[in-house]
Amino acid sequence: MKIYFELNGRPQYVEVEPGESLLSLLRRLGMKSVKEGCGTGECGVCTVLLDGKPIRSCITFAPKVQGKRVTTLEGLGTLEDPHPLQRAFVEAGAVQCGFCTPGMILTAYALLQENPAPAPYEVREYLVGNLCRCTGYKKIVDAVLLAAKWKREGRWR
Amino acid sequence: MAVILKAKREVVGQNVLKVDGLPLATGQPKFTLDMDLPGALVGKILYSPYAHAEIVSIDTSEAEKVPGVACILHYGNVPRVPYTTAGQGWPEPSPYDTVLFDKKVRYVGDRVAAVAAETEEAALEALRKIKVEYKVLPAVFTVEEALAPGAPIIHDEEDAEGIYDAKRNIAAAVDVPIGNIEKGFAESDVVVEATCELPYSQHAAMEPHCVIAYFDEDGRLVIRSSTQVPFHIRRVVSRVLGIPIHRIRVVKPRIGGGFGSKQEIILEPVAAALALRTGRPVKMALSREEVFVSTRTIHPAKVRVKLGAKKDGTLHAIELEAILNTGAYGAHGGTTLYNVGSKALPLYNKARNLRFHGKAVYTNLPVAGAYRGYGANQGFFGLEIAMDMLAEKLGMDPIELRLRNHIRTGETSPIFEKLGEGREGKPQVIRSCALEECLRIGAERIGWYEKRRNPRRKGPWAYGVGLACAMQGSGITGVDMAAATLIMNEDGSFRLLVGATDLGTGSDTVLAQIAAEVLGVPVEKISVYSSDTDFTPFDKGAYASSTTYVSGNAVLKAAEEVKRQILEVASEILEEPAEGLILAGGKVVSERTGREVSLSEVGHRAFYVANQRQIAATASFACPESPPPFAAFFAEVAVDTETGIVRVEKFVVVADCGQPIHPKLAEGQLEGAVVQGIGHALYEEMLFSERGSTVNSTFFDYRIPTVLDVPEIEAILVPSDEPTGPFGAKSIAEVGIDGPVPAISNAIYHAVGVRLTRAPFTPERILAALRTKDKERKG
Repeated sequence: MKIYFELNGRPQYVEVEPGESLLSLLRRLGMKSVKEGCGTGECGVCTVLLDGKPIRSCITFAPKVQGKRVTTLEGLGTLEDPHPLQRAFVEAGAVQCGFCTPGMILTAYALLQENPAPAPYEVREYLVGNLCRCTGYKKIVDAVLLAAKWKREGRWR
Repeated sequence: MAVILKAKREVVGQNVLKVDGLPLATGQPKFTLDMDLPGALVGKILYSPYAHAEIVSIDTSEAEKVPGVACILHYGNVPRVPYTTAGQGWPEPSPYDTVLFDKKVRYVGDRVAAVAAETEEAALEALRKIKVEYKVLPAVFTVEEALAPGAPIIHDEEDAEGIYDAKRNIAAAVDVPIGNIEKGFAESDVVVEATCELPYSQHAAMEPHCVIAYFDEDGRLVIRSSTQVPFHIRRVVSRVLGIPIHRIRVVKPRIGGGFGSKQEIILEPVAAALALRTGRPVKMALSREEVFVSTRTIHPAKVRVKLGAKKDGTLHAIELEAILNTGAYGAHGGTTLYNVGSKALPLYNKARNLRFHGKAVYTNLPVAGAYRGYGANQGFFGLEIAMDMLAEKLGMDPIELRLRNHIRTGETSPIFEKLGEGREGKPQVIRSCALEECLRIGAERIGWYEKRRNPRRKGPWAYGVGLACAMQGSGITGVDMAAATLIMNEDGSFRLLVGATDLGTGSDTVLAQIAAEVLGVPVEKISVYSSDTDFTPFDKGAYASSTTYVSGNAVLKAAEEVKRQILEVASEILEEPAEGLILAGGKVVSERTGREVSLSEVGHRAFYVANQRQIAATASFACPESPPPFAAFFAEVAVDTETGIVRVEKFVVVADCGQPIHPKLAEGQLEGAVVQGIGHALYEEMLFSERGSTVNSTFFDYRIPTVLDVPEIEAILVPSDEPTGPFGAKSIAEVGIDGPVPAISNAIYHAVGVRLTRAPFTPERILAALRTKDKERKG
C-alpha cells in the first residue's frame, strides 16, 4: 500500500507493507537516527515525534502515519547547524554511547514545547519511558534544563 | 563538582566537547547497522530449547526449500575448531570449550544452526523448518548440583582445552594461602563471617549485539561489528574459519554501550562463516530477547568472607571464598574468579594472614562473561558487608575501621604478586591513593556522623546510611598492550590513529586531549580515527579499565616523539638548536630570541620544501603495573517497614582516578556505574524456569533503572597524581559499580537492623528478613 506523510517537513509518498513498523520505514528512508533497542516499546530508543508528540516507532505501524507529520532527529538540526537541544546534550555531557540520545532529545523537545520551564522532577517524569544504561541520567536531566534555560532566554523557540 | 588539578594545563583536565558528541547528538549514521549494503543477506540463529541435550540429527531439507534461503550452517557442515568467545589477549586464559556449532547443546539459548536468507521473514521461516532431533540429558542449574558427585558432565568433549576439571564441571579453580589463616583467626580478638550472593544479571547495553560481514572488492573479509575487541575478533575469526589474518579487516564504528557484553566474540564468526559460504554480505542483529537469552551475563557468585581483627580494629586474617557460576561455557570464568581476590583483598593490606580460594563452575544456564567490575563487584559485596559487621562488633565507626586498614601510597600487598590474570601476578607498590580524602569528603556530603548517630524515622519509613569502599585496576599487568600512531598534516593539524575502542566512554576524546596537550594545540586540531584493524595499530581493546592508562600512555609517547620531530624541523627553520624551542599555542617559539614559527610552516617545510619527511610516530605501551583507582560510596536509604520497599534517597560516590583527563566524562562514568550498581542492588535478576529457560527476557520484566529510580547522585573526583599514568591519570570506568550493592545493604542494616546478603534487595526479601528478625526478637 502507498501512504502519504510529512517527514521532517518534506512530503513523502511511499510504498509500505501493512504490517511494517514505522521504525523500519524510517530507517529504510535513510533516517538512521531512529534506533531499535528492544522492538517491543519498552526502551524508548526508537522515539520519534508524530504531530509533535513522542511515540515509539517500533510498535507503530507505518500506515498509521498517513497524513501526519513525523519528526526524527535529522529534522531537528544538522551537524553544521545543530538544534540548541542537541548542543545542550553535548555540553552537559549527556551523550555517552549516543544510542539512546535521538529518542531522549526528541522526547525532551516535546516536553519543552509543552512546558518551557519544567522543574527537574517534571523532566524526569517526562523522560521515564526512555532508558539509558550509560549515564545514570543525571547529565541528561541537566542537558534538558540547560536547553530550557536557553529557550527562556530566547535563544530558540 | 570542581576538580583541583595539579598543574595548569591547556587541554588535559578541561571539559572539552566530546569529539563524537555532536555527530551522535545529530543522529549521524555512525553505528554498525547504519550502513546499508546492497544485496545483504539476513542472518538468524536457531537456539536450543533444551538446557542439556545431544543433537541426534539435523534435517535442513525443508528449510532449504524456503524461497530466499541462501545457506544453513550447523555442526555437520562447518569445521570443528575449539576456541573461547572471551575477547582476551593471546593466549587466552579462558578455556577453549566452544565451537562454532556443536552436536551437543548446553543451555537454553545455545547455538544449534544459522541461516542466511534474502529477508528476515525467510530466515525465520527456515529456522522453523529445521528439524532437530534431540536426546535430552539431565541438566544442572546450580553450582551445588553441578559439583555434586555423579552430576552430568557438561563439557565431556575430548577436544576442549584449558578446563580445570571437566569431569567435575569446574572450569577454573584457585587456592592461594598467605601466612597462616587458621592461626590468624585464632589470634584475632573478633571474628565475623558473611556470605553474599549475587544473582544472574545482564549488561543491557541499549544497542543489541549486531554485525555485518562482507567481502570487499579485493576479496578480503570485512567485519563491521559492535564490539569492544576488534583485534581479538580478527585473530579468533582467522583461527575458527582458517582465513589468514591479513585477509581480515575488523571495523568498530560507534557502539551503543558494551559494559563487557561486547568483549565477547559471539556473532562475528557466524556472520563471517555465512558470508564466506554464500559470497554475499550478511547482516545479523539480535533482538532484545536474543540478547537476554543467548549472549552473556554477569558471573553470579556466592562469596564468603571471614574477617579476624584485633581489638583496635587492625585486620589480622581475611579469608575470601568465591564460587562463581560461569554458565554453560567458561569464557572469562577463571579470570573473573581471580579478580574477586586480586581486586578486593589488597584494599585492606594490614592483614598478614590471607586465604583466597574458589571455583568457577559450569551449569546449564546462560553463559557468564565479562561485566563491568569483573569480579571486583562480587568480592567487595562480601568484603564490605563483612567490614560493616566487624565495625559493629568492635563498636567502631565503619569509616574508622577502613582508615585503620586500607592500603596507602608507598605500600603493597602480597596479593599483587600471587594473583594475576588467571595465573600469578606481579609485585606492585601503590604510587597514588586518595581514599582517606574520599572517605572524609563523602562522609561530609552525606552527613555521615549526624545520620549514623540519629537515624530518622517517619511513619513506616526508617532511614539509614551505609558505606563501602572499593578499588579496581588500570589495565592488566604484563598482558595489555596498546599502540597509537600520530601523523601531522601540513596545516599543523594531526591525525591520531588508535586501536583503542571507544564504547561510549569518551576514550577518543580523552586520547585526543592527551595528544593535544603535548602538541600545544586545541582538541579540534586532532582528528581521531579508532578501532579499524586495517588502519589503526594494535590495541588490546576496551576492557579491564585500560584505555586511559594503557592506550593513553601510548598516545603520550607517540605525541612526545612527534613533538621532537616538530622541534627538529623548527630548529632548521629558525636556525637555532631545538633545545631552546617551546611548542605551544599552535607554534614553536624560541626562548632566546622570541622568534616563532607556526605549525603550518613546519608542516609545509617538512612536506614540500627541504629535508622532506612525514612528521609521524607510532608508539606502544605495555602495561607494567595496574595502578588502582579508589572509591568511597555512601548511600542513604529509606525502608518502608510495612511494604519492604527500599528507596535510595541520596548516593555519594567519591573517587580517586588520579588526575582526571576529562572531569565531566569521568563523573559520567561514575554516575552510570553507580546507577547500574543500584539496579543490581534493588531490581535486576534474571529468572529461569525449571527447565532452565530465561523467564524475564524483556525490559518489561527485567527492570533496569529508569530516570525516576535514580536518587540524587553526587559524583566527586578527588585527584591524586599517579606517576606512571598519562598526566597523572588512572582508570575510572569500572570502580563505580563495585560499591553500591554493599553500601545499600549496609544502609538498610542501619535503617532497620536486617542484613541483606542476597541481591537484589527486593521488598519480598526485606519483609521476610524483617519478619524473621521480629520472630527472633519475640523469641
